[in-house]
Amino acid sequence: MSRCDGTVLRLLDRRSFLKGTGTLVFALGTSGVAMLKLSAAEAATLTAAPRAIGPKSLDTWLAFDAASGNVTAFFGKMDMGQGVDTAIAMVVADELDLDVARVSVVMGDTARTPNQGGASGSSGCRLGAIALRNAAAEAKRVLVSRAAERLQVSTDQLQVVDGVVQVINDRNRKVSYRELIADGFATELDWNNRYGNNLNVTGKAKPKTPDQYKVVGTPVARKDIPGKVLATTEFCHHVTLPGMLHARSLRPPVAGSVPVAVDESSIKHYADARVVRKGDYLAVVADSEWHAIKAARELKVTWSDAPAPFPGMNKLFDYIRSAPTASDSAKGGFGGTAYDTKPALAAIGAAAKKIEAEYEVPFQSHARMGPSVGVADVSNGEALIYSDTQKSHDTRDGLAKFLGLPPDKVRVVWKPGPGSYGRSDSDEAAFEAALLSQILGKPVRVQWMRNEGHGWDPKAPACVIACKAGLDANGNVDGWYFHARGFSGWDVNFNAAEPRDTLVGQLTGFVKADAHNFGAPGESYAFANAVKFWETVPTFLTRASPLRTSHMRAPQEPQVHFAHESFVDEVAAAAGIDPVALRLQHLKDPREIAVIEAVAKLSKWEARPSPAKDRSGKLLRGRGISLCNTFGGYVATVVEVEVERDTGRVWARNVHVAHDCGLILNPQALRTTIEGNVVQGLSRTLCEEVRFDERNVQSVDWLSYPILDVMQAPQRIDIVTINRPEQPAGGAGEPAHVTIPAAVANAVFDATGVRMRRLPLTPERVLAALKANA
Amino acid sequence: MPRYSLMIDGSSHAIEADADMPLLYALRGELAHRGPKFGCGLAQCGACTVIVDGVATRSCILPISAVGKASVRTLDGLGTATKPHPVQAAFIAEEAAQCGYCTNGWIMTTVAGLEQNPHLTDDEIRSMLSGLKCRCGTHMAILRAAQRARDAMAAKTADAALFTDAMTEVRS
Repeated sequence: MSRCDGTVLRLLDRRSFLKGTGTLVFALGTSGVAMLKLSAAEAATLTAAPRAIGPKSLDTWLAFDAASGNVTAFFGKMDMGQGVDTAIAMVVADELDLDVARVSVVMGDTARTPNQGGASGSSGCRLGAIALRNAAAEAKRVLVSRAAERLQVSTDQLQVVDGVVQVINDRNRKVSYRELIADGFATELDWNNRYGNNLNVTGKAKPKTPDQYKVVGTPVARKDIPGKVLATTEFCHHVTLPGMLHARSLRPPVAGSVPVAVDESSIKHYADARVVRKGDYLAVVADSEWHAIKAARELKVTWSDAPAPFPGMNKLFDYIRSAPTASDSAKGGFGGTAYDTKPALAAIGAAAKKIEAEYEVPFQSHARMGPSVGVADVSNGEALIYSDTQKSHDTRDGLAKFLGLPPDKVRVVWKPGPGSYGRSDSDEAAFEAALLSQILGKPVRVQWMRNEGHGWDPKAPACVIACKAGLDANGNVDGWYFHARGFSGWDVNFNAAEPRDTLVGQLTGFVKADAHNFGAPGESYAFANAVKFWETVPTFLTRASPLRTSHMRAPQEPQVHFAHESFVDEVAAAAGIDPVALRLQHLKDPREIAVIEAVAKLSKWEARPSPAKDRSGKLLRGRGISLCNTFGGYVATVVEVEVERDTGRVWARNVHVAHDCGLILNPQALRTTIEGNVVQGLSRTLCEEVRFDERNVQSVDWLSYPILDVMQAPQRIDIVTINRPEQPAGGAGEPAHVTIPAAVANAVFDATGVRMRRLPLTPERVLAALKANA
Repeated sequence: MPRYSLMIDGSSHAIEADADMPLLYALRGELAHRGPKFGCGLAQCGACTVIVDGVATRSCILPISAVGKASVRTLDGLGTATKPHPVQAAFIAEEAAQCGYCTNGWIMTTVAGLEQNPHLTDDEIRSMLSGLKCRCGTHMAILRAAQRARDAMAAKTADAALFTDAMTEVRS
């Protein structure tokens, strides 16, 4: 239904439309809209009727309530907790000259929002806002021209103040938007014929120039916060459907083993519980959620004898070094290019001084606060699925294939979830619920348990990154070699448009693709004879693996930049140069240079080579810097650490961030977003490592997979933002995160003289390194 | 199935459930509360926190049969948009949530702690909140919010006084 382009929708007043309708099944619009169900709760909110969606129609993007004059923006992406919806509301309010409080944003419902690609690559503001801005500008143009007709003046004599169009020289002659909206816009936009992140539309109107913004650039309170604090927000986890059953999935004790026999009598004392099996997927379903949980725990299952699939975590990095190469950046996508290592290796071979280092990053878990949940009603040839997926339109397409239904009979409704920073487990339960609902003919809710959230989510890829550099007799860099080698970021695709990219899909006969991606740093260092490339290694287990790998916040960039920005520091130390000075000597991009200079000033950086001269005492102090330029964001970070000599504990006491993401939409939300980037980055740097043995993943809860505690949070995070209204809005959800691992490791080196080349920097590991270097 | 009479947010609710069913499932299920969340079921993350007789308690492991006559307070009953608890007002003012899934635990733990002692130091606030999980890394804003709430409650602002009145009502 979202593929019907150019549909012009007659906007119905939803309130009058729904009033008195006892039915929960109805259609809206004239073409291509399936009859789809609404939950009672949704019907009560009066906002959830399906709509005709075509990117060409202005009515697809914006709907005015004729009674209140408030506007709803329909956004084909969603917020993961950084306030993207508020930013979109600000953009729309600005173009329409409307109070931002009058704008609400509907996100990620395949029956109501266009396919803008969902949440990915910090693209909510960077890409997603562009179409909304253009649509809102065109909406204002249409409404003002209607006003001109009504008021019998030319449009250049009119101005808009909070949704009221008035004659500039005679303000009593006025008409409000709501009086002008009638049956909607019935206006066509130019559409670039693309879906996803790059979807764009343009109208006849020219959007405002940054100097004309009144809302954008000002601090606006996030719209989502009060509901979350007052317990009124409906999370995906709260959704219930009439007659809904609860299900829990069963996971094998050895990864790769499958159910051979199921003793259903082992749960016969739960009258409402039953076993459902399809292929190698096994679940217990019950009327009562608690019974589903207990029955799933007590069900006696005989699992097949599978060979132990993993080498165990102690052999992880040996495996990465020695496994056959599966793919490389010459073949891979997302910036993969041909490369030649010979000039770099020749230059390094001939150099007066050679520097080499290898960095290791383990698997890390998305480990969301709440494990995956999905609610599905598949009946009468239609499917309604609630999910907190990052990409509902792709999930809709995948579910259609999985269920054997046409995509226009499948509706995925996004609801807020427990964050999601990449291809997490968020889609998994939706697919499982859909399968069970289709089999049982009743609505089903699947909620994963904690051990599944940690143990069975897709993992951030582990890697070994080898770096080499040569210095000539004068200490100048000649020869630079960056070689990342790890598991594929695309072992699980970044969306769920194919059932094979879910656990239940793989367990029911969909064969995993063989897709490869990793990454290399993109900063502008002009090192002579440089080569940067990546290779991937085969996954351990090709079917339903708990160590399948995927994108996790700033996909692979934290790993890549941990190595590269650490190595830049190592070269600076080898050359006896201040780490800031070395960067400034070689960087070419003025925005990278600007953030380095800004963070040096903010942190009162003392120019000197690392490590610090005085490394005596029990508490060692040091500072480190790191840079990244990704997703349209330029970030330099200085971390000041304290290292306890006797325990190896590292505390990132003060963090300084200089952040340039182009045009700043909402400075208030930007600051908390940057803080979140930093703290989650510290967690991945200091705490996070997926444990596994030969048989399975052993990180199954918060004890076996600790994250940064509030006691470990910094004393201060100081942020300087560089606003560049002349530049497009860039990404802010990821770039700062990327800088943290190397900034910490560089600070630890500065404090101790010991280089930590493996994440995470746990106390045990740091203590061992300190002792080895004593 | 046994029947339990629970005192939740000042009113009595009859729930039929297995004796071993954790309180969380009654709150989330039968009572359709949106505050306490399922995060781990292991008392490791705090997303399910409620206040039982004044003590912040992980409802995901508290069997319903163990609640007895205790007074249970939840985020759902804590305050409203027009009359938020000072801790809620502080969390809103500091925008101390990202995804918001864990927010319940931080707020309820802060409420229980500050109602006992509204003069906690910044370090004591950190200790009080230690062990709660936030995956989005909202730690800094949460700490600011808790300190702001402490300041408001210690200063016995109008909001805090109103709240004390409301509490007396609930407990009486």
